[in-house]
Amino acid sequence: MTDTQKSESSSGSIWTNERARGIVSQVLLVGGVIAVVWFLVSNTNTNLEKAGLELGFGFLADQAFFEINQNLIEYSSTSTFGRALLVGLLNTLLVSVLGIITATIVGFVMGVLRLSSNWMVSRMAGVYVEGIRNVPLLLQIIFWWTILSGLPRVANSLSIGNAIYLNNRGVRFPAPVMEPGMGFVIVTAIIGLMVAMIISGWATRRRVATGQGFPIIWINLLLIFMFPVLLFLMLGRPLSFDMPVPGRFNFSGGINITPELVALWWALTLYTGSFIAETVRAGILAVSRGQTEAAYALGLPPGLTMRKVVIPQALRVIVPPLTSQYLNLTKNSSLAIVVGYQDLVSVGNTVLNQSGHSIEIVAIWLVVYLSLSLATSAFMNWYNSRIALVER
Amino acid sequence: MTEGFHRPQTEMIPNRAAPASSVGIVGWVRTNLLSSWVNVGLTLLGFYLIWLVVPPLLMWAFFDATYIGTDRFACAGASGACWVFLDQRIGQFLYGFYPSDQTWRVNIALFLLIPALAPLLFDSLPFAKYGRWFSLAYPFIATFLLIGGFGLEEIPTNKFGGFMLNITVGLSGIFLSLPVGILLALGRRSQLPFVRIFCIGFIEVFRGVPLITMMFTAAMLLPLFLPPQFSMDLVVRVIIVVTAFASAYMAEVIRGGLAGIDRGQYEAAQALGLGYWKSMLLIILPQALKYSIPGIVNTFIALFKDTTLVIVIGLFDILNIGRSMVANPDWMGLGIETYAIIAVSFFTVCFSISRYSLGLERRLDTSR
Repeated sequence: MTDTQKSESSSGSIWTNERARGIVSQVLLVGGVIAVVWFLVSNTNTNLEKAGLELGFGFLADQAFFEINQNLIEYSSTSTFGRALLVGLLNTLLVSVLGIITATIVGFVMGVLRLSSNWMVSRMAGVYVEGIRNVPLLLQIIFWWTILSGLPRVANSLSIGNAIYLNNRGVRFPAPVMEPGMGFVIVTAIIGLMVAMIISGWATRRRVATGQGFPIIWINLLLIFMFPVLLFLMLGRPLSFDMPVPGRFNFSGGINITPELVALWWALTLYTGSFIAETVRAGILAVSRGQTEAAYALGLPPGLTMRKVVIPQALRVIVPPLTSQYLNLTKNSSLAIVVGYQDLVSVGNTVLNQSGHSIEIVAIWLVVYLSLSLATSAFMNWYNSRIALVER
Repeated sequence: MTEGFHRPQTEMIPNRAAPASSVGIVGWVRTNLLSSWVNVGLTLLGFYLIWLVVPPLLMWAFFDATYIGTDRFACAGASGACWVFLDQRIGQFLYGFYPSDQTWRVNIALFLLIPALAPLLFDSLPFAKYGRWFSLAYPFIATFLLIGGFGLEEIPTNKFGGFMLNITVGLSGIFLSLPVGILLALGRRSQLPFVRIFCIGFIEVFRGVPLITMMFTAAMLLPLFLPPQFSMDLVVRVIIVVTAFASAYMAEVIRGGLAGIDRGQYEAAQALGLGYWKSMLLIILPQALKYSIPGIVNTFIALFKDTTLVIVIGLFDILNIGRSMVANPDWMGLGIETYAIIAVSFFTVCFSISRYSLGLERRLDTSR
């Protein structure tokens, strides 16, 4: 044993010197990567030349000759490819934000129900979670879209209280119309919210310092709701609804959500909701029973125990996987392409087919999704460091 | 005030039986279903929902359904599901366009998967040592069976389809991503800066983008990146990008396993005089991989579900076969039945694997 060690250290060859070996293997890796990249780039150049294509993002200024049926900003077939991609990106963000909101609600409700002491309730929540998350999302999107396109035609729309109409062109519901003065109401509400946050912060600090409570709930409700509502009534209710009116061939008025968006949104909600439910369940289970018992022993009522003891600790476990579920939802929204919802990937695919600039389009996709994912992990790191247990 | 009153008790009083209302079925029902008025209400609501959903579903799926016929018109009078297409199209759903006289090869490959996986998933099997060699040889045997050559009829991969395509892409992705994922995981923990940066970059890029963009890369960019004489079938290109994609996830799973290994194990390996690779291969990885198995299985489930994405680049997996069948006039309007069958197929596979993985997790937890 000592012999071999001696001979190894004394030989001093490049193969036994750890430092030298590290440098050599890194040089090999970097060289290999450069060689592979060079190989790929030179192939690409030859192939592009042969196909008569040129790299570059100039084509984004060319006219896009296609329509997008769902757009949040001004867009027509005379707009540019660049604008089309922007519309697609906004559509991706739209369905992601909608999906994140609803999936969070579904997930938290189902996660809590799964822990219910009632066998029936926890089993039914379990059937939902297992049934949904073991089936491919793509299949679910297509399934809901099939059901939605099987809805009656416009003329025979199903109506809910003559305000919301369901038909094979989607869901049409009343559009809120702001009249002069509504702006003041909204501004008042926002100011109220900000003041409420400042007061809550101050109240928390005071409670930590002096142990004295402060009725923040009532004061905040007053600030956030009462003043805006009073102002709203004083200004003569400056908000009306543009109701959908059935016409001969189509509706007039109201807002229409396309069946593609509804199917995608619904499927993403159910699918991600089932994963969030598991995350929530794991998070609540991770808070040890001793915490609840200690809170009861201190005389805290069950509601306060949940709010002040269990949930803050559970959130510490829940939030990191929750953010990655949000990111997954955003990435999964790219499956929109199979039902024709025009998100970034779907629009990009159309642009790609029309312009032939496949490398640039894929590059745009990668950059956009990577930025979203990096932003998410930056948030996650910030949140983790904020709520991390301070060990003493 | 008699004397007997003060006499001390000398024998144990036997335990009284628990009240009949807290044991057995009655007790279970009381604690789990009827513990409070709210729970009584919820239980009743639950029964109502079941009554609302289950009987009509059973009637639709089984009792009112039509099973025999040649096209959808056979179901014209029935109010239930139309399963006629199953009998007619089961071959396509399972094997795609694989020549029907050669499908036995697919079946054998699938059957051999059981002995190939057994030594990896269960400890203490007889002949475990030979079993591992078979596991290593299995990917080659399966490739040979599916593609042919050496006497078997050669079948181009563009004939692959149906559920078999999903399974092939999913399994190849997992098998191939295992070694790549191990290297990436080790690289991410490496002391060498360039190695670490390269591995982190690879992992984060592939984990940050949707698989669908990788599918488009396989379909449209790979042919541009490679010289024309390197032309590959689309299925092979898909397997390449799926492997790259899966290895990023695999690397994170294995990194988790590596992080779970006690420092003492590394130090003991060093104290024995083992170098980096020897200590990794002989000491660290065998333990880390064992603890990574549940994570690997979960990665497989996610990947297997994601194999349906091949639909966007025009491959005919089970979902695309179903979708194009529904667009065919003979079978139009059978969307719900078709998607239900496909959903049940995926559910059966994924749910049973996830149950297994859960059991494994529990077992590993206690043995730690």
